[in-house]
Amino acid sequence: MAEANTLSGNRGLMVEEPLIFEMGSPGRFGIDLPEPPPLDLDRLGGCRRAGPVGLPDLSEPQVVRHYTRLSQKNYGIDTGFYPLGSCTMKHNPRLSEKMARLPGLADLHPLQPQATVQGALEVIDSLADWLKGLTGMPAVAMTPAAGAHGEWCGLMAIRACLEDRGQGHRRRVLVPESAHGTNPASAALCGFTVDPIPAKADGRVDLAALKAKLGPDVACLMLTNPNTCGLFETEILDIAQAVHEAGAFFYCDGANFNAIVGRVRVADLGIDAMHINLHKTFSTPHGGGGPGAGPTVLSAELAPFAPLPFVVHGPQGFTLVEHAADTPESKPFGRVKGFHGQFGVFVRALAYIMSMGADGLRQASTDAVLNANYLLARLKDDLSPSFAGPCMHECLFDDSFLKDSGVTTLDFAKALIDEGFHPMTMYFPLVVHGALLMEPTETESRETLDQFVAVVRGLAAKARDGQAEEFKQAPRFTPRRRLDETLAARTPVLRWKPPAG
Amino acid sequence: MRYLPHTESDRRAMLDAIGAPDAESLFVDVPAAARLSQPLDLPRGEGEMAVERAFSRLAMKNLSAGCAPFFIGAGLYRHHVPAAVDQLLLRGEFLTAYTPYQPELSQGTLQVLFEFQTQVAALTGMEVANASMYDGATACAEAVLMAARVTKRPRAILSGGLHPHWRSTTETALRYTGLEADLLAPDPLGIEDLMGRIDSRTACIVVQNPGFFGGIRDLRPLAAACRQAGALLVVAVADPVGLGLMEAPGAMGADIVVAEGQSLGIGLSFGGPGLGLFATREKFVRQMPGRLAGQTVDADGRRGFVLTLSTREQHIRREKATSNICTNSGLCALAFSIHLSLLGESGLARLAQLNHAAAVALEQRLRGVKGVRVLAPSYFNEFAVHLGEDVDAAQVVDTLAARGILAGVPASRFYPDYPELAPVLILAATETNTGADMDALANALAEVL
Amino acid sequence: MSDVRFTKDHEWIRVEGDLGTVGITDYAQHQLGDIVFVDLPEPGRDLAQGGEAAVVESVKAASEVYTPVAGTVTENNDALADQPALVNQSPEDGAWFFRLRLADPAQLAGLMDRAAYDEYVKGLE
Repeated sequence: MAEANTLSGNRGLMVEEPLIFEMGSPGRFGIDLPEPPPLDLDRLGGCRRAGPVGLPDLSEPQVVRHYTRLSQKNYGIDTGFYPLGSCTMKHNPRLSEKMARLPGLADLHPLQPQATVQGALEVIDSLADWLKGLTGMPAVAMTPAAGAHGEWCGLMAIRACLEDRGQGHRRRVLVPESAHGTNPASAALCGFTVDPIPAKADGRVDLAALKAKLGPDVACLMLTNPNTCGLFETEILDIAQAVHEAGAFFYCDGANFNAIVGRVRVADLGIDAMHINLHKTFSTPHGGGGPGAGPTVLSAELAPFAPLPFVVHGPQGFTLVEHAADTPESKPFGRVKGFHGQFGVFVRALAYIMSMGADGLRQASTDAVLNANYLLARLKDDLSPSFAGPCMHECLFDDSFLKDSGVTTLDFAKALIDEGFHPMTMYFPLVVHGALLMEPTETESRETLDQFVAVVRGLAAKARDGQAEEFKQAPRFTPRRRLDETLAARTPVLRWKPPAG
Repeated sequence: MRYLPHTESDRRAMLDAIGAPDAESLFVDVPAAARLSQPLDLPRGEGEMAVERAFSRLAMKNLSAGCAPFFIGAGLYRHHVPAAVDQLLLRGEFLTAYTPYQPELSQGTLQVLFEFQTQVAALTGMEVANASMYDGATACAEAVLMAARVTKRPRAILSGGLHPHWRSTTETALRYTGLEADLLAPDPLGIEDLMGRIDSRTACIVVQNPGFFGGIRDLRPLAAACRQAGALLVVAVADPVGLGLMEAPGAMGADIVVAEGQSLGIGLSFGGPGLGLFATREKFVRQMPGRLAGQTVDADGRRGFVLTLSTREQHIRREKATSNICTNSGLCALAFSIHLSLLGESGLARLAQLNHAAAVALEQRLRGVKGVRVLAPSYFNEFAVHLGEDVDAAQVVDTLAARGILAGVPASRFYPDYPELAPVLILAATETNTGADMDALANALAEVL
Repeated sequence: MSDVRFTKDHEWIRVEGDLGTVGITDYAQHQLGDIVFVDLPEPGRDLAQGGEAAVVESVKAASEVYTPVAGTVTENNDALADQPALVNQSPEDGAWFFRLRLADPAQLAGLMDRAAYDEYVKGLE
């Protein structure tokens, strides 16, 4: 790329930016703070800092420019189409941001006297009511901070319930091979062992194989539905029945709840517990990796074991129950995090839900499924679909369309980057070779989908035409080209260090 | 619906392309018995104005911290967040990006995380830090699980000065893992004997500094005792602003430092989301939970950043992963980083001094109030006071709240089963408190006590 | 010429007297791709036949290495800590993982010889 060389190393809008530690000059301030009063005698118990922290001093304009430039090296939903399967990258409404910033909601301390935060407790209670209404479940634990945290919360409730019944020996958890990695990891944290269950050729759980695995030591089944292949588990009612007849619970990974909101109630599927990723289904921003929230709906049997704290609504208004002694009728398994849950995420999710309403949410699920099926239909001849349609909110392809082309799924994804699209999820689920999982979401227009289809078809044609070398070079137009992950892992450099000398 | 682009004619055309008669037919895999034929009987969607009105009404039912003399801390602190922080957070390329799985499209997030890790490591005096966890309490639980992996020992000793939410979160996390938590009684005076409890089964001691009741302890003797016994010292920090003035836990011998990062950049937000900071020694890095950004080069040899050492994580290691965490608290880490960048070395030191000075000023004012006794001899920006033998601090707080003063947290809110803690009130002072706030508190306390 | 034997999990063991040296095969390193980290058993550890002995990691995968036979670890290959790439370069030679004192040499009889292993690998491709 010699022709792209410039004196500065910059390339127009792509501006090179040093690390913040390589900038700065001692004595600059980005914030004006008053001179502290002299401290003749501190109360630090002899633990005053001996040396500097090692932070650069910068002014506000330098800091603003630094982060603005860094932001320009990122791709967000605001930038363009982001069909990252299993991640639900849809438009994040700005009203939700505005509501979360109202001082009467943002500037509240969780330990204020409850009489001074009735509105905040009402937010939690209202959102809980919506989640219960949309799932048909009688209870919801609001405090889990993310999807994986919600999984763990649900499994902890199951474990606590089993112990309470004198069935603590039930330690085996059945998990499909196509599951998110969080499922087995969460199970392990509850002292469970993980036993994989196979899928059938149509991408769904093999009911007969599942039944064969059930037994008196099984605690629960963990199943994602719609599953990670983007398919609804057609035999889910029989699955639930078999699991329950074996005395086990049915945990559902609710990562894909966005496909079915308003079209199916979780309670009608025989599910005992399911976490809901508010940051996916209810459109709160992913923020480059969090924060999310993972409230977990629970059946009547599991509800008494929900963790502390929780909000109850009585004649005196809303009360936050913080201690087991204050709730003698229940047996909370403990506490999952500090304070009362991801409140800022709750406000955003509730603002989205109120904006959409029951009618809008149903339409959103419908459009999400429509968009995925549209992609599947328009790409099925050029790519290789793993399963016949209809799919739910995402469509899955394997890499057989790239066979003998010299182009891998990874190369294909990188070529999409040069075309201005965020790639789909690659190499997940593991049950499909070279997987390409596309989740368009309901907030994408037909025009965007058509542009994407045209590009994907074009790239598939290029791959067939033996232009593998071009794929290997991609991406070429990004601030950085392919990065050496082997080097990063072999010789980890995990922080900046001041140059020697 | 304003978030949904399709017109009815779009939908019709797309269904035709699919070859489906109607949208219902796409849901054919859902068992008929469970299919809903119409929207649930819940409220219908609303326009922006109606939703704004509803939230404004909810907001009005709260007394926001900025509207009152405010002295609440106990694990979450009210600091001034510079305007630039929020403006930058709202940049869509940060706000609406996913986890940086495609590094070529995520150099912004990845460089931010690399800088964040460096800042956290510097602040805590440790060698490496991860890209953040959910909050301080969950980071604490992860630290104990990690200590057990490193030492292959089953027991964690949790100081009575550790935040009660961090204690119970950790205790809950250990509950079915076969590991044990030795929970010491709440320790407002900082007199518990931790060293005497260390034995060959001890994986770690977890101690918060400054403690939940405000007291500061020199960690060096404890660190030496842990080292000698082959146990790890886990140090918890509730307000990292204090590290601008106090010795870093790493410099005092900590093996793992966990902290709540909310103080910088994030705001109160009724306690969530928070930001879990997690730092440790380089030699333990492969036992660390959570995401890590690392430096590397691209195909043209230029410096760039990627997520690295992922084989520790759930998406690869599944049930053998170091944690089930699948995210970090990315946007909160960004907020923390921007705030700390605006402060810099000089600004952080000054902010910490202002906080300490505010607490000293508050202590001095309260010493003039009859019946009030300050419990710990040392503190940073928070300390516990005893209001008198028969005084119920919770009642005092409620009375003062009715007068528009948010006067700290009664210890009984966390420890209802300890009658001796009923008169104990935990008060925090930061750069946001004015002398007038302190007078208002002191005068009100003098009246009600 | 010492005797080298192979497992179905792609470990090899070279036996000299009652000491065995264990590593992973060339086929295994090919499957794993660029090796970035190797976790080795400490000397003194007792391993049961087929038990987890080491972990070998590439960027996107981690695999357990099982001991072909039971024994007590006497030594591990320090060089791999700094240079995991050796596993890619000389898997069946310089990049040995650990040595162990065999508990039951009779277990060797159940392992494949070179010819049988080559045949086995051919069947996998």
